[in-house]
Amino acid sequence: MTMPLHTEARAAGYNFAFLDEQTKRALRRALLKAVAIPGYQVPFASREMPMPFGWGTGGIQVTASLIGPDDVLKVIDQGSDDTTNAVSIRKFFRRMTGVRTTERTEEATIVQTRHRVPERALSDDQILVYQVPIPEPLRYLEPRETETRKLHALSEYGLMHVKLYEDIARHGHIATTYAYPVMVGDRYVMDPSPIPKFDNPKMHRMRSLQLFGAGREQRVYAVPPFTSVRSLDFEDHPFAVQTWDQTCALCGAGDSFLDEIVTDDRGGRMFVCSDSDYCSRRRGDGETDPARGAAAE
Amino acid sequence: MYVAVKGGERAIDAAHDWLAEERRGDQAIPELTVGQIEGQLSLAVDRVMAEGSLFDRELAATAIKQARGDLIEAIFLVRAYRTTLSRFGYAEPVDTEKMAVKRRISAAFKDLPGGQVLGPTFDYTHRLIDLGLAEPGLEVEGAAPPPDDPAAPAHDDLMSPPRVVALLDDEGLLEQERPGPGDGDPGDITRQPLSFPADRGERLQALARGDEGYLLSLGYSTQRGYGRTHPFAGEIRHGAVAVEYVPPELGFPIVVGEIEVTECQLINQFAGSRERPPQFTQGYGLAFGHGERKAMSMALVDRALRSEELGEEIGAPAQDQEFVLAHADNVQATGFVEHLKLPHYVDFQSELELIRKLRDRWETPGQSEMRAEAAE
Repeated sequence: MTMPLHTEARAAGYNFAFLDEQTKRALRRALLKAVAIPGYQVPFASREMPMPFGWGTGGIQVTASLIGPDDVLKVIDQGSDDTTNAVSIRKFFRRMTGVRTTERTEEATIVQTRHRVPERALSDDQILVYQVPIPEPLRYLEPRETETRKLHALSEYGLMHVKLYEDIARHGHIATTYAYPVMVGDRYVMDPSPIPKFDNPKMHRMRSLQLFGAGREQRVYAVPPFTSVRSLDFEDHPFAVQTWDQTCALCGAGDSFLDEIVTDDRGGRMFVCSDSDYCSRRRGDGETDPARGAAAE
Repeated sequence: MYVAVKGGERAIDAAHDWLAEERRGDQAIPELTVGQIEGQLSLAVDRVMAEGSLFDRELAATAIKQARGDLIEAIFLVRAYRTTLSRFGYAEPVDTEKMAVKRRISAAFKDLPGGQVLGPTFDYTHRLIDLGLAEPGLEVEGAAPPPDDPAAPAHDDLMSPPRVVALLDDEGLLEQERPGPGDGDPGDITRQPLSFPADRGERLQALARGDEGYLLSLGYSTQRGYGRTHPFAGEIRHGAVAVEYVPPELGFPIVVGEIEVTECQLINQFAGSRERPPQFTQGYGLAFGHGERKAMSMALVDRALRSEELGEEIGAPAQDQEFVLAHADNVQATGFVEHLKLPHYVDFQSELELIRKLRDRWETPGQSEMRAEAAE
């Protein structure tokens, strides 16, 4: 396999996208299996990356195994392109591949994300790569891998339903707000990564391929395009997303996930879109630099 | 305010510049050389090589310098470098019986073939800070033998004594670690993800790169009764071993280098079971460089993890392989613990909303049952 000519921008001494080609192939094989069994966690021999485990190494390895010289990469953390870790990962791929990066959601061929699904709907020629800390949705109910694998094999999800039921019995509603468990393709209960449950409905029958990488836990999993993703609930307690009384203070959006910004030490608050691209585009100032103008005031 | 929360590229660059400045320290004092670290902080170099799973003194020393002496950070640097190296094959198993020993002791026998060789050890030093070391050139004379001292063993004179554990072989009182007919090639946890239950080869690989402090505490816990294994230090040896490789085009082994290792074989009591007679069993530890604490801790934990195979009662943390192995790697552990520094405001926002909702309900009259329940 010949390597693309992006050498001028790339760091010397490293293969295109850091990982060697054999490692990328092994990863892509694991990803193919994951796509073939939606929601099933496929083990893979995760590598040490130059960023710490827990800081997106799973997503970074998935992206590294897929990215080619013609790809355009977008990286977000908490919905924003400008968050420190997103900046760092984007920089890493620029150094290791020389590919073009973007903050515009629709321009990207690969969107790597931590904790959010972009507000703008993704198309079928885009891939969404999630960074995953704990891939096992049953982990906090049963710490043992040997047990949880058995439970998945048997589709035995009673533990999870009991947990959700106990929430309702105690609080009157399900007290899980992010990493809210989903049923994928009517077969596997899956952890959607710590996205707010607000984003769960976007995963259902999404047009783009969704890939999940957990580096420290050595697992990948996938939701192929147009796959059913149902948030677990009960007939008399249907799943519902978060809502706000406010709209975005910067762009006025009433349909986006809002971050609460503390503006002073006397209880002042403002609510703004967590998706910085969505917000700045709505305000019509096009490229990047989200909210900087507003904050300077 | 908003900008500060979102961070940004310029802030990161500035932080890196500041870090480089802090690393260099006082400009009036000469910069440390990698050679100085390699030569004078050699045990730090050994630890970084062991847990970094890469035998390269110069690279480890450079990592220590770059990490400002933070050894876990240095281990991380070495691992991230190691992962980029292509693997052209597997070496032959090193034969530690042929080790050119600098140190070799057994606590199980007073004297034995090959003798007790103390070597360079802290064991019997008095831990009094040598204030003479504070000023270079004032080191106590005789601390190091002069280069041409005839009494100092030259490298060629270092011997390869027989293994202590083999001495009990005649009576069959000590199990011997020999490959059996059905044993295949050992797994490779850097190429296949660790899955449970892991076999002994995989467990030893995970322990070999595991955090020294973690294994020390786990090993210690077995001595204090949490999965007691009655250990004796059968043999601890440290020295150089040859690494051999069989190139496919040659078909016979050639020596490609020499590495220093520390090996520990613990002898543990075993009361016997229906299938196996009472005998001594082994716990095994091996570390790059001079790492006795690591090798001994590893051997204690290895033996504890064999409880299931030996039909012993299991209940202590050190005997639980999922618990022990899943948390042994300090590069994984430090990454996940420290990732809490990353922004979590989306999740926190979701939780904040939930807490507000729960509070509203709690403060609403007529919810006293819930209040009582919540107080439990």
